Amino acid sequence: MEAKNLLKVALKSILKSRMRSLLTALGIIIGVAAVIVMVAIGNGAQKKVEDQIASLGSNLIVIFPGSINSGGVRMGAGSINRFTMKDVEKIREEATLLKGVTPIVRTGGQVIGGSGNWNTRIEGVSTNYLEISNWSLSSGEFFTEKDMISRAKVAVLGKTVADQLFPNDDPIGQQIRIRNVPFRVIGVLAPKGQNVMGADNDDIIIAPATTVLDRLLGGRYISFIMASASSLSQIDQAQAQLVEIMRKAHNLNPGEDNDFTVRNQAEITQAATETSQVLTILLASVAGVSLIVGGIGIMNIMLVSVTERTREIGIRLSVGARTSDILIQFLTESIALSIAGGLIGVLLAFGITFILNEYTSQAAYINPQIVFIAVSFAGIIGIFFGFYPARKAANLNPIDALRYE
Amino acid sequence: MENASGKNIIKTVDLSKTYSVGDVEVPAIKSIDLNIDGGEFVAIMGASGSGKSTLMNLIGCLDTPTSGEYYLDGINTSKLTKNEYAAIRNQKIGFVFQGYNLLARTSALENVELPLMYDRAHRINNPAEKALEVLRRVGLEDRIHHEPSQLSGGQQQRVAIARSLVNEPSLILADEPTGNLDSKMSVEIFALFQKLNDEGITIVLVTHERDFAKFAKRIVELKDGRIIKDYMIKDRLYAQEELFKIQEEEIAEEA
Ligand SMILES: Nc1ncnc2c1ncn2[C@@H]1O[C@H](COP(=O)(O)OP(=O)(O)O)[C@@H](O)[C@H]1O
Ligand SMILES: [Mg+2]
Repeated sequence: MEAKNLLKVALKSILKSRMRSLLTALGIIIGVAAVIVMVAIGNGAQKKVEDQIASLGSNLIVIFPGSINSGGVRMGAGSINRFTMKDVEKIREEATLLKGVTPIVRTGGQVIGGSGNWNTRIEGVSTNYLEISNWSLSSGEFFTEKDMISRAKVAVLGKTVADQLFPNDDPIGQQIRIRNVPFRVIGVLAPKGQNVMGADNDDIIIAPATTVLDRLLGGRYISFIMASASSLSQIDQAQAQLVEIMRKAHNLNPGEDNDFTVRNQAEITQAATETSQVLTILLASVAGVSLIVGGIGIMNIMLVSVTERTREIGIRLSVGARTSDILIQFLTESIALSIAGGLIGVLLAFGITFILNEYTSQAAYINPQIVFIAVSFAGIIGIFFGFYPARKAANLNPIDALRYE
Repeated sequence: MENASGKNIIKTVDLSKTYSVGDVEVPAIKSIDLNIDGGEFVAIMGASGSGKSTLMNLIGCLDTPTSGEYYLDGINTSKLTKNEYAAIRNQKIGFVFQGYNLLARTSALENVELPLMYDRAHRINNPAEKALEVLRRVGLEDRIHHEPSQLSGGQQQRVAIARSLVNEPSLILADEPTGNLDSKMSVEIFALFQKLNDEGITIVLVTHERDFAKFAKRIVELKDGRIIKDYMIKDRLYAQEELFKIQEEEIAEEA
């Protein structure tokens, strides 16, 4: 048969059995779309984690009290020698590869001011905190060295806190009470959004570390130390130097374990992306299952219609079709259905991804490789199960094909 | 009887077909020698299971014999390749089945076009026109866009006959073509076959009913896979006349 006729016969056959064609294509459509969207969600989550970690700070090094083994589990045993401002001073004096260092004194509590009250996270830091954490102010100013020395009762509000306490007014210059201690608002931080764990970065109040220690906590221990290496290439040396300084500050003998833990941004990033890679793999397996289910759907429809189709093949053979005519017709049909189903599936996936990105907080990035894998897998299943039963029937005697039930 | 070239259109020599069902061998036809000339109208008769369909399928190149030879128009079919076999089905034979075997959800016109699609010898430019022409010959020109499910049994069988005619074969084979039809429709179909035979087409058909067999010119009777009788019909009936009689009876009943 001529190519033109072949195409015509195949297309006619597809259009003639609309329901069968639709169901066959539907299996492919759902399989393809599910795989692409699932993996896109995984990729989106991974990219979001990476972005958020990048926004944590520049060339960040974090020092925690206590030793944490490489698996990330905090060891119960061993002395926990907590950090004080002295440790921060030591680092500031001796480290040569750092852009800056700041203590982080973490606490929380009820804040009253403006039109209401709000429970939030409070962090005591030093003056170079913004630079280290890659953050900026949207209005007002940050506290100064003088405020640090005088333990000034000044506070910088995260956007969420500012919105909660002063929905209509400019917070700058206003009085607030943190745990009943009066503070003056001097600045508002630029919005930063959610962190890796989904918590709100902007739900925070920043104050001088000295003020938080003295006036809110009445203690001397700081939660952890954050430092910023001068450059990304020097981050490992800076980290090694920090370890030496801290060991000396804590009077550790050679051979004695560190009583603190140092992590740099690369390590933190890796740990977090590993988590999200697990998520991606998980989603991809779910997607793989849906592809297989879709494939089984295609297969079932093809096999269910095999009786009808075997008789059709018998009729065609009995009026003079060659085996090859039948094979080409069925191959054309299943390729056409697979391509159509695959294309619609890809379009559907793009549509769903677009909706996710535009209208939900779920980021999704389509991976071209996955598009290729999904389409070819579904295509191969569609073509195989469209073609294989036809091949069997086309090799029968016409009369056996006609008699098939 | 001999055709113009003096050659048998069908000639079987010691033709046998044995089906194997599991370990059991079922001999369906046993060493059949049958010669049919061009222009003949043969009715094959016999009890159910006597091998009529098996013989027809072999003659129609829908099945292959276990042993023996079959010459179609002088061609030894046992020497043919699969594709040549397909070409013979397409070019030389029109086969009409008891169960019509039309493509479902496909218009009468497209069903009739089907053999043209597989015709490699003559590429017809306008298959629809050709199909319409044969549909007109079987009196179905007003039903060409109907699908099988929208047609009566008699009409479906006409479509099947039109399909068997479309490649202008010299031989039409029909296995119980009226087996599913009532007697008036059956007589109409026989009238059509007689008309085609008058036009020079060789016709071999299977029928159960002796009354219908008398529309043919020759009867071949099978029993247990063998030919037991083969004779010319002396008191041949003409289907067109029978139709008139039926119509008169109907008018009389109504009155
Ligand atoms: N496909 C088949 N497989 C096995 N046996 C068959 C098959 N077709 C027919 N037969 C057997 O062959 C014999 C002849 O059958 P058939 O040619 O259909 O007879 P008829 O058409 O005269 O009724 C019967 O005994 C039947 O059971
Ligand atoms: Mg039979």
